[in-house]
Amino acid sequence: MPRHPRLHADHRPPNGLRNAMDYVLLTEQFLNGFQLGIILFLMAAGLTLVFGIMDLVNLAHGSMFMIGAFVGGTIAFVTGSFVLGVVLMVPAMLVIGMVVEVTTLRTLYPRDHLDQVLATFGLILFFNAATRLIWGLEGLVVPLPDYLDGIVSLGFGITYPVYRIVIIVIGLLVAFGLYLLVGKTKIGMLIRAGASNRTMAGALGVNIPKLFSIVFGIGAVLAGLAGLIITPITQAAIGMGEDVLILAFVVIVIGGIGSIRGAFIASIVTGVIDTLGRSFLDVVLLLFLPANAAESAGPAVSSMLIYILMAAILFFRPQGLFPPKGAG
Amino acid sequence: MTDALEAQGLIKAFGGLTATDNLSLSVAPGEIHAVIGPNGAGKTTLVNLLSGMMRPDAGRILFNGGDITRMAAPARVKAGLARSYQITSIFRDFTVLENVMLSVQARQGHSFRFWKPVSRDTSLMDPARELLAQVGLGDRVDMRAGDLAYGEQRQLEIAISLATEPSFLLLDEPMAGMGPEESQKMIAFLRALKGDYTMLLIEHDMDAVFVLADRITVLVYGKVIASGAPEEIRNDPAVREAYLGDDDTEHENGEGPADA
Amino acid sequence: MGELGKPANIFTALVLVIFALTPIVAPALDESFYVIVFARFMIWGIAAVSLNLIMGYGGLISFGHAVYLGIGAYTVGILAFHGVTSAWIQWPLAIGVSGLVALVFGAISLRTKGVYFIMITLALAQMIYFLSVSAERYGSDDGLSILARSEFGVSFFSLNDKTTMYYTIFVFLLASVFVSWRLVNSRFGTVMRAAKSNDTRVQSIGVGTYRYRLTAFVIAGMMCGIAGLLQANLESFVSPDMMSWHRSGELIFMVVLGGMSTLFGPVTGAFVFLMLSEILAGLTIHWHIIFGPFLVLVVIFARGGIAGLLTRRADRD
Repeated sequence: MPRHPRLHADHRPPNGLRNAMDYVLLTEQFLNGFQLGIILFLMAAGLTLVFGIMDLVNLAHGSMFMIGAFVGGTIAFVTGSFVLGVVLMVPAMLVIGMVVEVTTLRTLYPRDHLDQVLATFGLILFFNAATRLIWGLEGLVVPLPDYLDGIVSLGFGITYPVYRIVIIVIGLLVAFGLYLLVGKTKIGMLIRAGASNRTMAGALGVNIPKLFSIVFGIGAVLAGLAGLIITPITQAAIGMGEDVLILAFVVIVIGGIGSIRGAFIASIVTGVIDTLGRSFLDVVLLLFLPANAAESAGPAVSSMLIYILMAAILFFRPQGLFPPKGAG
Repeated sequence: MTDALEAQGLIKAFGGLTATDNLSLSVAPGEIHAVIGPNGAGKTTLVNLLSGMMRPDAGRILFNGGDITRMAAPARVKAGLARSYQITSIFRDFTVLENVMLSVQARQGHSFRFWKPVSRDTSLMDPARELLAQVGLGDRVDMRAGDLAYGEQRQLEIAISLATEPSFLLLDEPMAGMGPEESQKMIAFLRALKGDYTMLLIEHDMDAVFVLADRITVLVYGKVIASGAPEEIRNDPAVREAYLGDDDTEHENGEGPADA
Repeated sequence: MGELGKPANIFTALVLVIFALTPIVAPALDESFYVIVFARFMIWGIAAVSLNLIMGYGGLISFGHAVYLGIGAYTVGILAFHGVTSAWIQWPLAIGVSGLVALVFGAISLRTKGVYFIMITLALAQMIYFLSVSAERYGSDDGLSILARSEFGVSFFSLNDKTTMYYTIFVFLLASVFVSWRLVNSRFGTVMRAAKSNDTRVQSIGVGTYRYRLTAFVIAGMMCGIAGLLQANLESFVSPDMMSWHRSGELIFMVVLGGMSTLFGPVTGAFVFLMLSEILAGLTIHWHIIFGPFLVLVVIFARGGIAGLLTRRADRD
């Protein structure tokens, strides 16, 4: 299985131990964690909507992340404009998502979760192979335009890459947009009705299949967007969506299935804890352990940190922090 | 004499809906106490509270004088409080015999026995066969439970509960979904059990209730509006208004959201 | 038609005969390569049998079952790395650690239901996966080579002998099915199967199901740990990839393909799944293009797996 650099691995400080307590570094890593949280949110939002409304476990959501990166990256490469890549990726993913929904997933709604897991697992294998066939094994490097490729000073001696700030801003804008879409529009009302009570939404005379297709398309766009905007930092690779997918699962389990607000909070918390853990846990462990033990235990424990967090939260709240209404 | 079962001030709310509203009732040993009420009165919620499937927000439940409010459902069964379900709740892919054997097994203690096949375990099979013969399913033992006729499934439902050797039966609409003929059989069946078991009977079928019950409690919106002997209930104006005069009482399929 | 004559049973018998005879027949046909291949199939068969125990009979869809393969294998690998090669220490420890992890993971995940359970078992397995990736001492991503196989300290039995290795695995495969059969039909198994079909009803006849499920989860974890320790010995190598979530997904598929809640289903399922993979992978490196949609079609059109398909055919005849 081809492996890819983790989403934040490149930004780990070369010598975390010595500078660790440096507030500059702390701020930087906090922002990195926030940015990871944003990516997770874009994934988790679609996942939790699809699950909340259609009761569908969709592993292929990870493939949408990957396809968004490859399709958008290719458009950016061909047109020479990264922004155009992002913009044209949106309709492309909407169509791809809806096609997947209509051709395959639709038949899975009445099935049990096991069938859904298996069929979407099959889809992942297919999409990975298809991507490899089209783009080759090496993946795709998506360079940033010059104007995004700088470093900006945030004051107090803190500098930060412009592009990562752009990611955070895009993510926040999308989150706000989703909030408006779900909270203030007619389609959002239908989505909420569907999420809390499927049969009721049907009784309201809503065209359920069409609603589902649209929601699925939106989910695919969000996942694709997440994949594409992270690509200039990591590069597009086969299977790139899978680790993120599982993290997104952790997020929605923590946040409570079906809850956008829960997904947002849990994403940011997960992103920040994971990133800070990787950067500083060895330092924290130094307080308890001898140096060599701390240095070897640090990476091990930090890679488990968010799962431990998840287990702890579930132990006290088996339905997550923001359980769906009516599931009490 | 101590009541077999006593509920004191039970309250249970789901969101804004109060399904059980300061409900108190008592069941004397050996009697059949029926609980009736229109759809959404909170009858099934009451069964869930008494059987331990739900926890009340407030109030106490006493069983043979002991407080069982915090006791988990399986422990209540072990104490002698068994229930049946309104929606037939049998193990459809098991045979009729296996359904009852499981209860016998549960009564005999823990099931951490990993090696001996139950199909050769006479200490399970014999009591199960015996009970099935008693309830009139003796010639159905090897049938798949899901293939039984509906009325027989309802009988099996109760047999499963009886096999736990309870002193008290919580029966949630045993006649639900039955035709008149099947209902008559069930009434005869329950009447035969009378005396051996104390029963709380939730029922929609008015004929059955007035034939079987020693006492009747009427619930409306989770509140007790009347409680007494069948004759008193029949003549109670509040009951007539709230319930008996209402033509919609013959619904057979479930109640409201409170029963979820 | 008798029980034994059913197509599903004939197919099962065929697979078992192939497994039984390969070390004898394959060298004669100059295809010794298949001895290793089928040994591998059988190990996956054991893992699938263990998953079937909780998934098929207990209704617990664990999406992280491959982690116990990895734990069993890594226990052997790490002990060997530190010079402990005695099977009498390695094997009980491998099974014990698998069981212990299953106990902890089960205790957490069994508090939840449905899709939460699926995701949590997946996430917990992923945690161990990343732990193995970050364990630089034991090879991280690249895995850990095992220099010496488990030693039994007797002259007549050595896993270095290919045939001994093969038949050891074969015996464990049969034993896993036998143990499943006994378990499933015991009092314990009855509670497990009943809880799968109607958990609340089991509670309301006086049985708290949590501890039975947890016990089943632990037994399945230990059984899968055995598959792992065998795998470590067969390949002389362990790596994180053994417990990646792809492997867990494939395990579920093997069980479903062969027929859930059938005793030999996981064995035939593993055989068909892996055989098909071998054949397709021989055709093109892009074989997942065919295999992926094939799996989707299996789910959509062939519920009940091979056993179901063959039974249905037979019923129509």
